[in-house]
Amino acid sequence: MTSPFQYAPAPESRSIVDIKPSYGLFINGEFVDGHGKAFKTISPATEEVLAEVAEASDADVETAVKAARKAYDKVWGRMPGRERAKYLYRIARIIQERGRELAVLESLDNGKPIKESRDVDIPTVAAHFFYYAGWADKLEYSGFGSTPLGVAGQVIPWNFPLLMLAWKIAPALACGNTVVLKPAETTPLTALLFAEICQQADLPPGVVNIVTGAGDTGRALVSHPDVDKVAFTGSTDVGRAIAKAVAGTDKKVTLELGGKAANIVFDDAPIDQAVEGIVNGIFFNQGHVCCAGSRLLVQESVAEEVLDRLKRRMATLRVGDPLDKNTDIGAINSAEQLARIKELSDIGEAEGAGRWSPACDLPSTGFWFPPTIFTGVSQAHRIAREEIFGPVLSVLTFRTPSEAVEKANNTPYGLSAGVWTDKGSRILHMANQLRAGVVWANTFNKFDPTSPFGGYKESGYGREGGRHGLEAYLR
Amino acid sequence: MPTGQGSSAAGAPVVSADFSDITRTDASLRGFLHGLPGVDQVGAEARAAALGTRSIKTTAKEFAIDLAIRMVDLTTLEGQDTPGKVRALAAKAMHPDPADPSCPMTAAVCVYPDMVATAKEVLGDSGVNVAAVATAFPSGRAALDIKLADTRDAVEAGADEIDMVIDRGAFLAGHYKQVFDEIVAVREACGSAHLKVIFETGELQTYDNVRRASWLAMMAGGHFIKTSTGKVQPAATLPVTMIMLEAVRDFREQTGQMVGVKPAGGIRTTKDAIKYLVMVNEVAGQDWLDPDWFRFGASTLLNDLLMQRTKMTTGRYSGPDYFTLD
Repeated sequence: MTSPFQYAPAPESRSIVDIKPSYGLFINGEFVDGHGKAFKTISPATEEVLAEVAEASDADVETAVKAARKAYDKVWGRMPGRERAKYLYRIARIIQERGRELAVLESLDNGKPIKESRDVDIPTVAAHFFYYAGWADKLEYSGFGSTPLGVAGQVIPWNFPLLMLAWKIAPALACGNTVVLKPAETTPLTALLFAEICQQADLPPGVVNIVTGAGDTGRALVSHPDVDKVAFTGSTDVGRAIAKAVAGTDKKVTLELGGKAANIVFDDAPIDQAVEGIVNGIFFNQGHVCCAGSRLLVQESVAEEVLDRLKRRMATLRVGDPLDKNTDIGAINSAEQLARIKELSDIGEAEGAGRWSPACDLPSTGFWFPPTIFTGVSQAHRIAREEIFGPVLSVLTFRTPSEAVEKANNTPYGLSAGVWTDKGSRILHMANQLRAGVVWANTFNKFDPTSPFGGYKESGYGREGGRHGLEAYLR
Repeated sequence: MPTGQGSSAAGAPVVSADFSDITRTDASLRGFLHGLPGVDQVGAEARAAALGTRSIKTTAKEFAIDLAIRMVDLTTLEGQDTPGKVRALAAKAMHPDPADPSCPMTAAVCVYPDMVATAKEVLGDSGVNVAAVATAFPSGRAALDIKLADTRDAVEAGADEIDMVIDRGAFLAGHYKQVFDEIVAVREACGSAHLKVIFETGELQTYDNVRRASWLAMMAGGHFIKTSTGKVQPAATLPVTMIMLEAVRDFREQTGQMVGVKPAGGIRTTKDAIKYLVMVNEVAGQDWLDPDWFRFGASTLLNDLLMQRTKMTTGRYSGPDYFTLD
């Protein structure tokens, strides 16, 4: 039975953002033509072409790195920290002022719901710039010295396009480095709008360079001999290739890779909030989150109750138009990613796990996947081991705290974990036992610029955010 | 009486609701109430705030405004209340917008017991109920026989609904059995009138207490659970109401019986009211989207609803002078 209270469409207007038909590369403070084969970026919700974007060739990457080097040598590297801070504060304020524009563009290009880009992504982006602006003139107190590295080559993923840009650029600039950044090929638009913001903030030319393209461009960038620092967020496979490419050089590297986080619910947990945390853990951003709580470990004595409540809650999730203010789950970012989610889900079913999704009408165009849970999953299932990077939750059970720890740690990854219990001592005990970079207690997927973030094992190395995040950009 | 007494939801299995083992002693009640899953304050408030960001437009807004008007318990609980004031309020409840006959009536008017007869005289069998606050409202600090006499007095004067207050002192001291017995006794004194149990959540303070009080009142037979008297700040809040909606949802799951929820105090704008309705829809479910199962205890809210309603139909805002001040 459908509710008599049907929410009418409440679309955010896209007229606030002016998307150009084509974009060049942002090198040395201006937009220039690329010499690779231009590619199209589409809205994953409708498959509509949004813009044509230049591909940076090896020669373009060379030009960009040169521009960054020159800016580092002549201007940015020798500018006092308090002066650099002014630029960062200015950028942060412009991001806030143009927040709605950035949010709409992010949702269009990425497919994430507007309520997330508006309430999470963009405010956190601004907060990141404000936070690191504050560090720029206090580096000598950071414990990592105050000497910058030089030119940073940065490659970011498509799941949080502008937020990952902020995680990379803000600390690099605060420490006095200049950057060449490559956004993901499916989500380049907010990075290009950020380039406009750099112009608006009068950032000296060459301090920030944006080169668009796919794997080849990224490879050219990270293996460029004049790059002093490589920062990458993305898949473990690409991360491994980057580690190989820089091996034997004196480049500093930070990698933030995949995850298969355990979200552990004990029988004394605040159940209703735990259910919210499970939903937020795996369905936030369509599950395109490296630290997503993709493995639910629930104590057997409350498993049935938790699952009943989870299913009831999932039935209220609204899947659809990312620009509708009432949408909870948007579009899968690309056809390629959708195929991967479908493949792993089919494998889960073939391996004998119980598959369940609430009834939901998916749009006929675009890339969509319903929120899905698999019950009766064991550690031996592929869906319990491999990162799906989609709205798919594997549910496992445990009997005792030590079994929970064993199962949670039994993964090649170690990015994040969640613990749900009313018992404070158990939270501390679990946090000590879990091999994960971030352990959330009675919450999940909370990000703050002051908090370091990063992984163990195949989830990568190095920390981003907080005071710890400065280390990667100082000599 | 529009309200079906303890009626079960369509299709839900009716399990016998026998709580006698639980409600026998303070210790057994304590064991049960403290065994309920805890509430994480930060998480609950975040969820309530997230529901508050739903954007309700056009047809959905029209639906919500009319539903909210039908859910209003139009309230005056002042020392300065006079028969004239109560008559005016009752008239307004029947015809909230004299300029528009399509505007629905409110659910009830809510007054002190001595004003029940006056209100009833005006309302007659219009369909608008008379609710009376009783049991030494708002503090509840009186002997049980006085509270019961207060209740009977209001029922005899024609009250369809009784809004009682629990003894917060007893609750906070852990005397759950005393609170339980008092609710049972007042329910008995109500006869055929419906009982709303006010917790004064601003005095209970924690969400764990709100959840426990909700179960206590539901097991004691309250037809409605209500947040506040309106005399203590904070009165109704979204998170408190959400905890109560979760409680009635869970209670029906266990017993098959539906209990209503009434936030009261501090809800002044259409925007606020719509946030509550979104929460009812998504937390308790659509079955509660009905004046029999959800009410707003309010006075100024009604005029804002009427102004928004006129805006929806005419496309223009009219000033407050176009709406009656009763």
